[in-house]
Amino acid sequence: MSAGLQVLAPGLHTTVQDLGRPGYQAIGVPVSGALDGFSLRLANALVGNPPGTPVLEVLMSGPTFEVAAETARVALAGVGASLAVGAEKMPAGAWQSVTLPRGKVIEVVVGRQSASCYLAVEGGIAVPLTLGSASTYVRAAIGGLDGRALRRGDFMPLAMAGASHRAELRLSSPIVATGDQPIRVVLGPQQEYFTEEAVAAFLGAEFRISQSADRMGMRLDGPFLQHRRSWDIVSDAIVTGAIQVPGSGQPILLLADHQTTGGYPKIATVISADLPVVGRRRPGDTLRFAAVTVETAEELCRAEERRLAEFVAALEPVPASHTVDVASLYSGNLISGVVSGLE
Amino acid sequence: MKVRFLASGDRALVVEFGDRIERALSNDVLRLDASLRSSRLPGVVETVPTFRSLMVHYDPVATTCADLERAIASLLDRRPDPRATTILWRVPVCYEGSFAPDLGDVANRTGLAPGEVVALHSAPRYHVYMLGFLPGFPYMGDLPHELALPRRADPRLRVPAGSVSIATTLTAIYPYESPGGWHLIGVTPIRLFDPARSRPALLAPGDNVQFEPIDPASFASIRKAVDSGKYEVANEPISR
Repeated sequence: MSAGLQVLAPGLHTTVQDLGRPGYQAIGVPVSGALDGFSLRLANALVGNPPGTPVLEVLMSGPTFEVAAETARVALAGVGASLAVGAEKMPAGAWQSVTLPRGKVIEVVVGRQSASCYLAVEGGIAVPLTLGSASTYVRAAIGGLDGRALRRGDFMPLAMAGASHRAELRLSSPIVATGDQPIRVVLGPQQEYFTEEAVAAFLGAEFRISQSADRMGMRLDGPFLQHRRSWDIVSDAIVTGAIQVPGSGQPILLLADHQTTGGYPKIATVISADLPVVGRRRPGDTLRFAAVTVETAEELCRAEERRLAEFVAALEPVPASHTVDVASLYSGNLISGVVSGLE
Repeated sequence: MKVRFLASGDRALVVEFGDRIERALSNDVLRLDASLRSSRLPGVVETVPTFRSLMVHYDPVATTCADLERAIASLLDRRPDPRATTILWRVPVCYEGSFAPDLGDVANRTGLAPGEVVALHSAPRYHVYMLGFLPGFPYMGDLPHELALPRRADPRLRVPAGSVSIATTLTAIYPYESPGGWHLIGVTPIRLFDPARSRPALLAPGDNVQFEPIDPASFASIRKAVDSGKYEVANEPISR
């Protein structure tokens, strides 16, 4: 009998994602992959997987699964997210692994603090790789489960029939809050297409993420960003995090599934260290931007890699008293520890 | 125009040769792309050629924008390889009836007969400038100037897969059903993108394409052969 997760409810937009599909942008294939790659890698580390193992990305509202395997070790990574386990919906926190028996029902609760969270299963989600990646790209029906988001009744195959015998792991220190910090950008590559006032407004004003937000990008409401002359450029390539401004003067922040090329000027590009922060923001949230140099952005990227490595190196076993069975994970001190440990 | 280096965040560097759609610029872009691919600079993740610039994606853990800029500047001095060849693809297109919903409109707006539009469109060997918008979507040019029209004022929500289209100075094929604002003058029965193939996108930047008019009966038989994996798109090497 094959191991898997039976999808009882799919959530708003739950897809298989990994670290993406680089190498094919020259033929028009977006990189895709997790909106918040930092949390994806932590989720994998918590269940003992290599960093780029396929996991489930959950956006806005969470799915419900029934474990259809001998046992399944899972870990949820997401600011403010939690699992509700069993018919009694006992809460279990994010940022730690937990092993569930066959037939156990788990619901992913995204919470109100983040748009995204990541559910990793020991061994990984077992879907075939397309162009070297399991990441789902819905627009071209590539990757994941038949190239689409989960539906009720789907069976998510798992690579392992049962969890390995070892201690559960948890984060030893909380993920630092990122609530109101400005999103750092490198100006350009086409900031010269905008008036000085527009660049100043872009860096000085507050923007609100509109309801038009998905894995391709988010439209931002805020001051009108005036182009100097034309808002139409000869199409060129786009990198994830680029902020393009069409004729409406309202910017669009491009995310993992963005088109590889486009014909609007890009006023700035979000630095890679802050892309996971953007991936956690929800429609209605506000964003502010602050400019840094390329050199600073590169250093921040390397610092972020070191920070992730430190989190992984400092994972600690969950005390034995909490691992006897699932119910013991619900003890009050652990729940409060989880809540205070988050943003 | 002087080559410009433009940072696009901390993971991509744009090498910009100009701001027009022009064969000479495209050749510069594609030549640098070939040099970069063969020189395998450390930290380069992938390169994306477009009409007038090359985007170089890099890993800031392995290299820096400043180091890449220096390395790329030295590659720019290399002379073109006179032996370089490219591939000419002969792409079958049915320009008839329901396969060509905008042919009549294009004929009206250009003052040509529908048959003249088809003859003009299928005469040139088009240059594939770049792929983008969708996996395998080729931007090809240049169209005969008689066929140049702006995009449709009202884009369609659903353009069928395989649609052969024109807008501005370019022609393109939609690999997937998608929204689109170009004028649809035919459909090809071949598949432009298939991730299971060793070469997922049929066309690559720098390739040449010539369209071969076919009738609906040929369309049906080619489509059948494509579906059973028995159709090879005719192609031949040609000098650049």
